[in-house]
Amino acid sequence: MVGQLENGQYQVFMALHLIHEVTSPQAFGMLKDKGLNVAYPARTFATVDHIIPTDSQARPLADDMAERMLQVLEQSTAEHGIEFFAPETGSQGIVHVVGPELGLTQPGMTICCGDSHTATHGAFGCIALGIGTSQVRDVLASQTLAMDPLKVRKINIHGALKKGVTAKDVILHVIRVLGVNGGVGFAYEYSGDTISRMTMEERMTVCNMSIEGGARCGYINPDETTYDYLKGRERVPSGEAFEMARARWASFASDDDATYDDVVDFDASQIEPTVTWGVTPAQAIGVGERIPTAETHTDEELLASALNYMKLEANAPIKGTAIQVAFIGSCTNGRLSDFEAVAEVLRGHHVAQGVRAIAVPGSEKVDAAARAKGLHEIFESAGFEWRKPGCSMCLAMNPDKLVGDEVCASSSNRNFMGRQGSSTGRTILMSPIMVAAAAVEGAVADAREVFGLEG
Amino acid sequence: MDTKTKRSGRAVYVPGNDIDTDRIIPARFLKCVTFDELGPSLFYDERFDAKGVSKGHPLDQAIHAGASILISDANFGCGSSREHAPQAIQKFGIDVVIAESFAEIFHGNCTTLGIPCLQMAKAPRAELAALVQKAPEEPLLIDLESMQIMFLNQSFAFSMKPSTREAFLAGTFDPLDELLAQRDAVAAVDARLSA
Ligand code: SF4
Repeated sequence: MVGQLENGQYQVFMALHLIHEVTSPQAFGMLKDKGLNVAYPARTFATVDHIIPTDSQARPLADDMAERMLQVLEQSTAEHGIEFFAPETGSQGIVHVVGPELGLTQPGMTICCGDSHTATHGAFGCIALGIGTSQVRDVLASQTLAMDPLKVRKINIHGALKKGVTAKDVILHVIRVLGVNGGVGFAYEYSGDTISRMTMEERMTVCNMSIEGGARCGYINPDETTYDYLKGRERVPSGEAFEMARARWASFASDDDATYDDVVDFDASQIEPTVTWGVTPAQAIGVGERIPTAETHTDEELLASALNYMKLEANAPIKGTAIQVAFIGSCTNGRLSDFEAVAEVLRGHHVAQGVRAIAVPGSEKVDAAARAKGLHEIFESAGFEWRKPGCSMCLAMNPDKLVGDEVCASSSNRNFMGRQGSSTGRTILMSPIMVAAAAVEGAVADAREVFGLEG
Repeated sequence: MDTKTKRSGRAVYVPGNDIDTDRIIPARFLKCVTFDELGPSLFYDERFDAKGVSKGHPLDQAIHAGASILISDANFGCGSSREHAPQAIQKFGIDVVIAESFAEIFHGNCTTLGIPCLQMAKAPRAELAALVQKAPEEPLLIDLESMQIMFLNQSFAFSMKPSTREAFLAGTFDPLDELLAQRDAVAAVDARLSA
């Protein structure tokens, strides 16, 4: 922290700033207008993810505007001495996949990025904030942000997850219970033995969707799992320097007797594979449940407009809802372990006729690691397309889009109206293995039944 | 006349809870390297069908042409951090947003651009929206200092985040100059963290 501003906000130093092609090029323009420079270019890293095609990334990109956005990012980063993880360098990928896997994301850091899913990095015990373009400008120019203090809600999750229930189901369940605006004004700190047992990739899935719950950021205390994950990563010190860093990181963990503005408890054993039925991530139910009715849903208008958009019926089972597209990828579920989990169950199954199924690794490193294990072959022989890394159909700013009112079983994080590139397209959020099950059945299905995971 | 503390203009009511940034500005319009052209794309998919024909959205009703105040319901602006959303709102000609509540990143983005986000409780907000529907040609007078809206001789209270209100009253809603003034203190933090 640097100090306090006149209006009472705090000026906070940003240890790490990540930028991408959609929200950042305009900020360089703003700097130019004001005759300002980038203050600490070594603390900023760039990648290209949102607009990048996942089939051919040959330059110039087929889409003129996408090509221009990429060029502006290339020029701006070159001009200001900012490192850019360009395609084909082996380091490109979705910004929230790249930061952790390179080890740029480290405990105790303040991190920001012009992207709401910056919350992901909170899994490492970071304060990680999504910001707007004017704030990207502020950080480029000053390495600081003006901020209001945050309240903290502790979300305790205890107990063993049932087989076939994943970190994605946990966070969808939390949002279902607390609502899409339940977190406004709060940072969400996740804790409890369920979280402690999670791998870093699972923790990232949980923190990633904090923003869908309205929280400003997500946070998990760093522990041995965190340090083990970081050890040996490209941008993490090694040897003695690592041990020193590790001791420093451990000192950042919040104390056992820290006080919280709110505490909520969840029993992990009660969580079912969870899917959305509506147009916000809170409009979610267990896969065995029925779509709410006016009696069971608190807001009748929201229910009606969501069902109208989704072309679904109140009180109908969600299981069996036909899908035409299956998407596995995104910064929520596009990491190696997500593809491993799917590959494990997918062998011997095939995507249903008429379903377009795509698997999009979150980064070039994820792609390379998956290929080294032969995962891409398992996906391909099951009828999935294995694509190049990028955000892809998570928000469809590249050519991967829904057509008309297609229904997509998606491992991404938002089921907003029109999110996947068609103004009438419909999204059903779920975990990667649930997407695989839906792809195989051609309809929303319980992965435990499809893949015999019971017991 | 708009001043630091007072805003006035006609209002348009766009109903709906949880209106997200993908609805405010669909992702395909984010393909841009400046924000200049975003105004016409505001709420595009809600306003136009696949053929580009108007669906009669409130923003396109002649009676609301030129409105500069947007009224909506709860959790307005949830979703992504895209500043394209408030930029599109501003470029469209809206300079105040009134809602029951706002998503945080959206709220912060609006503030930096100089768009006050006024919060009102559900009942008075609904009453104000209903009155505006009846007399859309009448201007609202907004006083950020007393946190009152005057409309048709009725007054409505609203609230604002204290730091935001302070910033508007002082004209320092864009914090960049203040941030830059602390160069030395920032350099000290950088040096400490780099050590
Ligand atoms: S994968 Fe989706 S949510 Fe994540 S950064 Fe890309 S567009 Fe945003």
